[in-house]
Amino acid sequence: MAALRRTSRLLRHVLCNSRTTTVVQTRKIGEIWVDGSCINPALGLTEEQKQIQKVATDYAKNELFPNMAKWDEEEIFPVDTLKKAGELGFGAIYCREESGGTGLNRQDASVIFEALSQGCVSTTAYISIHNMCAWMIDEFGNKELSQKWIPQLSTMEKLASYCLTEPNHGSDAANLSTTAKQVGDKFILNGSKAFISGGGDTDVYIVMCRTGEQGPKGISCMLVEKGSPGLAFGKKEKKVGWNSQPTRAVIFEDCEVPASNLIGELGDGFKIAMRGLNGGRVNIASCSLGAAQSSIQLTRDHLKVRKQFGKTLDSFQHLQFTLADMATKLVTSRNIVRMAARALDEDWSEKVALCSMAKYFATEECSKICNDALQLHGGYGYLKDYAVQQYVRDIRVHQILEGTNEIMRLLISRDLLTDGERKYS
Amino acid sequence: MSGFRILVGCKRVIDYAVKVRVKPDKTGVVTEGVKHSMNPFDEIAVEEAVRMKEKKLASEIIAVSCGPQQCQETLRTALAMGVDRAIHVITEPKEYESMQPIHVSKILSKIATEEKADLVIVGKQAIDDDCNQTGQMTASLLDWPQATFASKIEKSNGDLSVMREIDGGLETIKVKVPAVLTSDLRLNEPRYATLPNIMKAKKKPLVTKKPSDYGVDITPRQEIVSVEDPPVRQAGQKVESVEELVTKLKEAGLV
Repeated sequence: MAALRRTSRLLRHVLCNSRTTTVVQTRKIGEIWVDGSCINPALGLTEEQKQIQKVATDYAKNELFPNMAKWDEEEIFPVDTLKKAGELGFGAIYCREESGGTGLNRQDASVIFEALSQGCVSTTAYISIHNMCAWMIDEFGNKELSQKWIPQLSTMEKLASYCLTEPNHGSDAANLSTTAKQVGDKFILNGSKAFISGGGDTDVYIVMCRTGEQGPKGISCMLVEKGSPGLAFGKKEKKVGWNSQPTRAVIFEDCEVPASNLIGELGDGFKIAMRGLNGGRVNIASCSLGAAQSSIQLTRDHLKVRKQFGKTLDSFQHLQFTLADMATKLVTSRNIVRMAARALDEDWSEKVALCSMAKYFATEECSKICNDALQLHGGYGYLKDYAVQQYVRDIRVHQILEGTNEIMRLLISRDLLTDGERKYS
Repeated sequence: MSGFRILVGCKRVIDYAVKVRVKPDKTGVVTEGVKHSMNPFDEIAVEEAVRMKEKKLASEIIAVSCGPQQCQETLRTALAMGVDRAIHVITEPKEYESMQPIHVSKILSKIATEEKADLVIVGKQAIDDDCNQTGQMTASLLDWPQATFASKIEKSNGDLSVMREIDGGLETIKVKVPAVLTSDLRLNEPRYATLPNIMKAKKKPLVTKKPSDYGVDITPRQEIVSVEDPPVRQAGQKVESVEELVTKLKEAGLV
C-alpha cells in the first residue's frame, strides 16, 4: 500500500514534468510548507536527529496515517506494523546497544515519538509504553533478563505491557495491593491490575506487586510472561480513543512466576516504577506534540481553502489569532518536553519535576490545540472522515495516564516546597 | 570473483513534494530554505546496489555526490541505507548552478577508473533538470556498455541481464561488465534507513575532493538566459453533448 502510494506520487511528479499544468495536491502530514515554518519540529536538532526524524516521519506518513482511522474504527491492534517499526529500531530506542537496543537517548526518543504520533497517536503511545518496559528490564534487570528479552522486544517480535494501576489504586499507587509471596524458587502472585495497555495481546508484563511491608518500600517488580499458570485477562474495554491498542484488566490467581524474573532487588519496585514513568511522561507528552503538530497542519490547510462570506477562512483575524495561539502553544510545549528529555539524559536532580511539568503542560496545551483545530474545522471537524476529531479523542487520555495531571502538579509543588533531600529523584 | 565494486551517483535535488518557485530575477529557481533530498531515481540506484551486496553479488558500494557542502547529508542518507563509503566532490554553490551532466559524467568516469569499479549505477534522470544524460555520457567516456532505464537487473554467467522499459513494452538485454546502468522507477522500492544504520553511517568514511583533483574543468559551457514559469492553464468549459463539442471545436477552428 505504502509502496503504491510512493510510486504514484513519484509518477505524478514525472507526469507533471512532462506537462505544464499545476496539479493541486491535498497536503498530508509532513508536507513541505512546514519545513520553512516556525512550527518545524526539526528546528534546533542535530543532523543525526534530523535523519532519525525523517525516517520516523516517513514511517508515520506511509505506514500509520493511512490506517489510523481504520484501526480506530475497527479497533485493530496493528501487530505487523509494530514489527515493521521494530525492524527499524523503534522497539528499544533507549536501551543499550550491548543488550540489543538501539542505544539512542531520550531526546532522540522524544523526537521519534512526536514524529510517529503524527501518523497515529494510539499506536505510537503503545510503542512508547513498550519502550518504557524494555528500558526498565535493561536498566534494572540482571544480565540474564536483559539478554533474554531486549533483543526480542527491540524487534517487537515480543510485545510488553506495564502493570502498575489497580482497580482501587490509581494515583495512590504506593499502596497497591497485588501480592507476591516467595515459595521456593517461585513467586505466587495474587490480585489484579486495571487499564493495562496491550493487556491480553502482549507477551510480557512488567508487574508491580507487594512482597513486603505496606507503602512504597514493600513493592517489587516482576516480569510475568503470557501463558504463566494463573494469569488471566478481563474483557476488552470500550474506550473514547486509543482504540488501536487493547486495554484489559490483568488478573493474577495464584499466578506462578520464576524467582529469576524479579527485576532489580526486592523492594525496588516503586523506585523502578517511578523511574520508568519519568521517561514515560516525556514519551506520552511527545505523543501529544505529534497530534498537535498534525492538527495545526491540517487546520492551516483547511483555513486556506474553506470559504465563508466570500473569503477564505485564513483572512479572518479571529481565526488567524487562534492559529497563532495554537502554534505558540505547540512550540512552547515542545521546548519543555525536549528540556525534560535532556534532564533525563543528563540525570539532572530536578528531572522528576521537569518531566512532570513537561507532561502536565504539553498534554494540557496540546489537547487545547487539537480541540481548537476541531473547532476551526467547523462541522467537518466533528465528522470521522476528518482526522482532527481522532487526535482530540486519542490525546485526551494523556491528561489522565502516566500519573494524572493533578499528580503532576503535586510533584512540581513538592519539588518547590520540600526542604532538604528530594524524594524519588 | 568476489563480487562487483559498485559506484552509485547521489544527486541532491529539491524534494519532489516542494512546489518549485522561479526566482524574481529569472536566473533560476528558489533553493534557499527549500527542502532537499536525494534524487528519487538515485535512491532506487542505491537500493539496487545494496540489494546486490546483500545477495553477495557486490563486494563494495561507493556513493558519489557532486555539489555544495549540503550534499554530505545526501551521502549520509546513502550510507545509512547500506553504502560502504562516500566521496563528496565539492563545488562552490555558484559553480554548482552552472554544472552540467557532462561535468558530472567526467567526474564519475574518473572515479570509476580510480576505484576500479565494475558497475556504475545512477538514476535515469534527476527530478530537477530532467536531463537524462549522465549515465549515457559516463558510459561513453569510459567506453563501457550501458543499460539504461533498468526495471530489473539479474546476473547471468558473469554478465548482467537487464530488463528495460521501452515504449510499448519491455526489452531484456545482456551487458558485459564493466557497465553503466541507470535505474527506472519500477526497479525497486527503496527501504527506510534503520536507526542503528543511521548511527553507523556517521562512522563510515566520507572523503571530500575537488573537481580539479580529477582533472575536470567545470567552467560553464553554457549560460542560462532566463528561467520562466510555465503558462497558467486556462479554465475549460463543460459541454452537454457530442454535437455541442463538435460545434465548439468548429468555432475554435480546431476541426
